Amino acid sequence: MIPNAVAITPELVAEHGLKPDEYQRILDLIGRVPTLTELGIFSAMWNEHCSYKSSRLHLKTLPTSAPWVIQGPGENAGVIDIGDGMACVFKMESHNHPSYIEPYQGATTGVGGILRDVFTMGARPIAALNALRFGSPDHPKTRHLVAGVVAGIGGYGNSFGVPTVGGQTGFHTRYDGNILVNAMAVGIAKADEIFYAKATGVGNPIVYLGSKTGRDGIHGASMASAAFDDKSEEKRPTVQVGDPFAEKLLLEACLELMQTGSVIAIQDMGAAGLTCSAVEMGAKGDLGVELHLENVPCREEGMSAYEMMLSESQERMLMVLDPAKEKQAEAIFRKWGLDFAVIGYTTDTLRFVVKHHGEVMADLPIKELGDEAPIYDRPHIQNEFPPAIPAESVKAPLSTAEALVKLVGSPDLCSKRWIWEQYDHLILGNTVQKPGGDAAVVRVLDGPKGLAMTCDVTPRYCEADPVEGGKQAVAEAWRNITAVGGLPLAVTDNLNFGNPERPHVMGQFVGCIRGIGEACRALDFPIVSGNVSLYNETNGVGILPTPSIGGVGILDDVKVHASLAFKAAGEAVILVGETKGHIGQSVWLRDVCGREEGAPPPVDLAVEKRNGDFVRALIKARRVTTVHDLSDGGLAVGLAEMAMAGRIGAKIAAPAGASAAHGYWFGEDQARYLLAAAPAEAERIVAEAKAAGVPAVVIGTTGGDALTLGDEAPISIEKLRRAHEDWLPGYMAGPDAVVAA
Amino acid sequence: MKAAVVVFPGSNREQDVIRALRVGTGHEPVKIWHADADLPAGTDLVVLPGGFSYGDYLRCGAIAGRARIMDAVRAHAARGGLVLGICNGFQILVESGLLPGILMRNAQLRFLCKMQHLKVERTDTAFTRAYAPGQVIEVAVAHGEGNYEADEETIRRLEGDGRVAFRYCDAAGLVGPETNPNGSTHSIAGIYSEKLNVLGMMPHPENLIEDLVGGTDGLGLFRSLSAA
Repeated sequence: MIPNAVAITPELVAEHGLKPDEYQRILDLIGRVPTLTELGIFSAMWNEHCSYKSSRLHLKTLPTSAPWVIQGPGENAGVIDIGDGMACVFKMESHNHPSYIEPYQGATTGVGGILRDVFTMGARPIAALNALRFGSPDHPKTRHLVAGVVAGIGGYGNSFGVPTVGGQTGFHTRYDGNILVNAMAVGIAKADEIFYAKATGVGNPIVYLGSKTGRDGIHGASMASAAFDDKSEEKRPTVQVGDPFAEKLLLEACLELMQTGSVIAIQDMGAAGLTCSAVEMGAKGDLGVELHLENVPCREEGMSAYEMMLSESQERMLMVLDPAKEKQAEAIFRKWGLDFAVIGYTTDTLRFVVKHHGEVMADLPIKELGDEAPIYDRPHIQNEFPPAIPAESVKAPLSTAEALVKLVGSPDLCSKRWIWEQYDHLILGNTVQKPGGDAAVVRVLDGPKGLAMTCDVTPRYCEADPVEGGKQAVAEAWRNITAVGGLPLAVTDNLNFGNPERPHVMGQFVGCIRGIGEACRALDFPIVSGNVSLYNETNGVGILPTPSIGGVGILDDVKVHASLAFKAAGEAVILVGETKGHIGQSVWLRDVCGREEGAPPPVDLAVEKRNGDFVRALIKARRVTTVHDLSDGGLAVGLAEMAMAGRIGAKIAAPAGASAAHGYWFGEDQARYLLAAAPAEAERIVAEAKAAGVPAVVIGTTGGDALTLGDEAPISIEKLRRAHEDWLPGYMAGPDAVVAA
Repeated sequence: MKAAVVVFPGSNREQDVIRALRVGTGHEPVKIWHADADLPAGTDLVVLPGGFSYGDYLRCGAIAGRARIMDAVRAHAARGGLVLGICNGFQILVESGLLPGILMRNAQLRFLCKMQHLKVERTDTAFTRAYAPGQVIEVAVAHGEGNYEADEETIRRLEGDGRVAFRYCDAAGLVGPETNPNGSTHSIAGIYSEKLNVLGMMPHPENLIEDLVGGTDGLGLFRSLSAA
């Protein structure tokens, strides 16, 4: 057992991730030297992961309210009103550092944590999504990390019983030493039965529920608040182990318990475990908390107060219960085979008191633990903006057809079937649009409503121009929801960046936040929950700035939705939005020409809204058969995806203007959609678009078994499909498999 | 038609099959807790739903196969009562001795969720009479351990007695290694007991009961049962 009365040396303080000035702040706050347990509690509460000390100042600038927002950031998850007395509860959270060290367990506990955040609020999870970033496919660890993370996400979600319906996976050498695993969960609750962390009433029992506490994950949150070096693997013991079976039982027991009216407050034990959850419940309710640790159910004997307070063992909950209903609550947990222990009481002292066998191990002011955490306005500088690259200035090394086949079979744009087939995306029987489309569509209960959900960001845009990149991430999520017929309602953000102590990284962060804020305001798309992951850096090299945007939208009648597959031959293909041929930062320039350069496409938010609202109205009126938003790879890749999904080809006219052909086919201009409709209907749509000031033009006709782009030779759908479907399974089979074949 | 759906700790497709029973048979099934001793009086059909009972931490279905309610399920089956085990339910049926063989890890060693064609091998049972002879249906598979294996003698008897219920195939009904998603012997996706009153199957007909959500090819199984 670690004794509580050890000398607090500068080395010990540093090992707890606290800077000398932060330690001085502790001394000033409590007026004495802290005990070891208290030092541990401060390190848990004041690390970057829990305190948001580098980001808080900037996060405050984000729009978080709208008439339909029930709960914005600050609780376990965001809550929005979706009508009919129902609420949607959702959040995204990262598990980046642990997933690099131990991919399977890192990913499982990421999924487990976010599911717990959602059902802590009283919601039953109905869908999960994820945004994954891996290093270069050539990096020796990438295959191992992809296999482990994907198996881990599936292993947890499949067993827990939530469909994993969507996400995003990308590869880039800047993630070689720091992969990103961002997990998102979406749940449904009754709008007037949402549960919060705020404790009320003095002398109410604080109850520990769920799995037992072990020594796993101690300092997990501190690990996630530091950069990596070559010795990162030694941090493996700080990674927790997931138990989806325990979580499934916890879900059922919690939801059953909530029905009894006995739950006053509830908080899951996530990062920094018992410490963070107990302090939050007390501080939010202006109450003190007294814990008696000898009552904590432990997996191992001889655990010290320090270890219990910092353990990040999974599948645990803390609740404040109505004392009159304690026995009833206990019976429910016993039925599900879960631990139930009264480990403390609320008090009126505003102190956070931790006792172990009668001995006081910690006695701290509860409000100040959170409120007085350091907050930094870190220096930030704006990098120089790269110059715009005119399409005409670039010579195309491949024909349009050759480039298209290469792009649809590239690591970033290839089919991710190998990944999502390992996720149960059909359980619960409400998956109306499964992975592979613009956004997933999930029916709410027995309908008629549905939810559209998506995860998006284009990190190379954010690197080149953080403000435009931040805007684009939000705009693309909004566009993807629109493309399936959803009305975008709200956002959860997962802001992944490098080391904030580097001014240029902090500059990326500040810029992206500004762009995200502008876009969310312009598109009525407030942020209701989120998570910040900093220090994604190894040996001084940081990741691309990656603010993942998880968007949720509503479909009033889920039967009226759109998908990207061509439905029939002989339909007119309509391009909505202006095509200028913006080639800077395009995947064509990067993957075909080998140049990762230039300014990203600018985002005009007013145009986004105008074009998107126009398209959504067409879907709602059932006037179009097929809708796809244009993003990576531009028009040509969009057309190929529609043809491959529907197994119906198309013949598309060459561009009328004189601009370079590759700019037309592969430029990544924003605010664009492709639609298909019966020819006569298409004419009416184009006329109406003109009247509404929306650029729209018929560019071709569906049909046949090949895609013909302008004057180029037709590309068979079979050839496109082979390139698109074969890359990832072939890659994952490993270099040896190629030799063996 | 009175159906009882057994819920084990870790079951997670019980709501899916309850909905399918409601839609397909027009009757609301009852939920039974694994620790109960008895089935409700007059139960015609017992359903063991999909999921990860007890986390599948031992062998899939091994602990659930020994749950208290399973004695009642075995007695029900011995009386000729109908039992349907889907996915984890199939695994529980083989672990409880109600069906022969075992479900091994998928040949490719990965969990697999996708749409899959099945050949309905016979249409004269309580589970399949609403299907047309030789019909090929498309339903979902979602499992990590659905690779059906049994000793040669058992396979010979299953085949000889017409106890293979469904076989993995392609859209045209062709059966072969390239249409076998998990390596199952003879592409077996589901089997009957000797008296044809117990069916275990890996695929999920309960998720294919509506055009809006993937199709209606699974509905035939529940419509068949409505006559029971």
